[in-house]
Amino acid sequence: MTNLEKYDQAFVEALEITVDQLPGLEYQGTDQWDSVGHMGLVATLEDAFDIMMDTDDIIDFSSYEKGKEILEKNYGIAF
Amino acid sequence: MIWDFQKYGNYTAILDEYGKSLTYEALDKEGRLVAEAAGRRCLAFLLCRNEIGALVGYTGMLNGGMVPLLLNSHVNREALEGLLAVYRPAYLWAPEGIPFPDLTPVYDAFGYRLLQTCYETEYPLHPELALLLTTSGSTGSPKFVRQSRTNIQANAKSIAAYLELDETERPITTLPMNYTYGLSIINSHLLAGATLLVTDKSLTRREFWSFFQEAGATSFGGVPYTYEMLDRMRFQRMDLPSLRTMTQAGGKLSPALHEKLAGEALAAGRRFVVMYGQCEATARMGYLPPEKAAEKCGSMGIAIPGGKFHLVDEEDREITVPGVSGELIYEGPNVALGYAERGEDLRKGDEWGGVLRTGDMARFDEDGYYYITGRKKRFLKIYGNRVNLDEVDALVKGRFPALECASAGADDRLYVFITDQERAEDVKEFLIHKTQLNSSAFRVVCLDEIPKSDSGKTLYRKLEEYYA
Repeated sequence: MTNLEKYDQAFVEALEITVDQLPGLEYQGTDQWDSVGHMGLVATLEDAFDIMMDTDDIIDFSSYEKGKEILEKNYGIAF
Repeated sequence: MIWDFQKYGNYTAILDEYGKSLTYEALDKEGRLVAEAAGRRCLAFLLCRNEIGALVGYTGMLNGGMVPLLLNSHVNREALEGLLAVYRPAYLWAPEGIPFPDLTPVYDAFGYRLLQTCYETEYPLHPELALLLTTSGSTGSPKFVRQSRTNIQANAKSIAAYLELDETERPITTLPMNYTYGLSIINSHLLAGATLLVTDKSLTRREFWSFFQEAGATSFGGVPYTYEMLDRMRFQRMDLPSLRTMTQAGGKLSPALHEKLAGEALAAGRRFVVMYGQCEATARMGYLPPEKAAEKCGSMGIAIPGGKFHLVDEEDREITVPGVSGELIYEGPNVALGYAERGEDLRKGDEWGGVLRTGDMARFDEDGYYYITGRKKRFLKIYGNRVNLDEVDALVKGRFPALECASAGADDRLYVFITDQERAEDVKEFLIHKTQLNSSAFRVVCLDEIPKSDSGKTLYRKLEEYYA
């Protein structure tokens, strides 16, 4: 699986949505992406990429695109 | 009148995340305008968000002798329509963005509108009735707790006393104001002349923490899930010099997390205060004094000033020895008047006489500190919201009459057992829609059959193996 596929899969699993809903998706853009869903998403991503996200990154993670940027910049994950 | 806002004159009562603020004097004046626009003592539904407009409506109505019924602004439409039909309020106070084409706007302020309904008859209100709050989340259940002016004042005064609140406090909102615990923070701090920092943003957002730091928040409250979340975010590492106090209620923290949080708070020179309460007692009944947080880990503490706890056994005899579990009974001026389930109930007076059977099982230690040991009734706390399991069973059976179903679980994890795999997804979606809670709380498990006794009663105990 590519990193992008892993990334997408984490969203699909944690937020119970489909891949086509991902581009442009923002926090609270779907019912499941509330604070509970957010922490579930973070836990899923941490497992998938074997990382520990910093507090700042968790609270800055505000959209599908922003999350990718954070993982790339701060955790060296190439998409 | 509940609060004497004039007493604090030009102190700031409310500051929101966009920099807008109101002094106590202005809050008093703006609130009066809302009550005057309605013009009389009557029932009003408030669709709440943590915003200045919602607080102006709430305080203005309470101080002006109206009876607000508080709902989350995200309440689903069909639940709201149902409640309107049951209670026939004279007015709604709602954010401008929510459309009500059939109602007449008569006043607006701070992004909220006062909307007049047109029911031919209204239900009479008992003179002591001041406020109506839901016991659970937003299932649309018509069951509300009837609170009096005395209840609200007594509880706010007691909370302000044991937390030693004064005008230098700046609590930031982390809980919905229609939720009893969130509201108690508002009520008690307005009594103390403090500044409420209001935001509808969640603790997982950057905007929340920027506001927290810029406005210098001194305290916040959280349910067990809030603290689990903060712990996972490693919030201990954040730079929050203004923070003095963290309170916890809305369910029992795991003793391990309680110990960790108490230890970290102590090291950081902060207070961590575990509390116990229910909407039926306005909000708070017990608290663990912060200096005992580490020593009495796992305890919810002692009764609040003006209140009293005792335990009774199954024959209703008082338990007088430490270490024995029994039902927790609370007595105090904050015990509400009773429930309302229909419009006619609004004329009822005090049915509980200041005594509340909590439905929680507890024991006390040699020093008189109480520990919750379990629950007498079948309910769970999901993200701080009370969810009655018998009600869940009834809801599912009502929607899927042919389905065998039994619900059980632990806090923050509700399990629904059914016997037809094909309906699993439908059942889950239905419950998410009904309760408006995040789907992670629900697990639907398919069994060959629901374990039952010879007389046909569901054996909930036997379901424990699937989730314990």
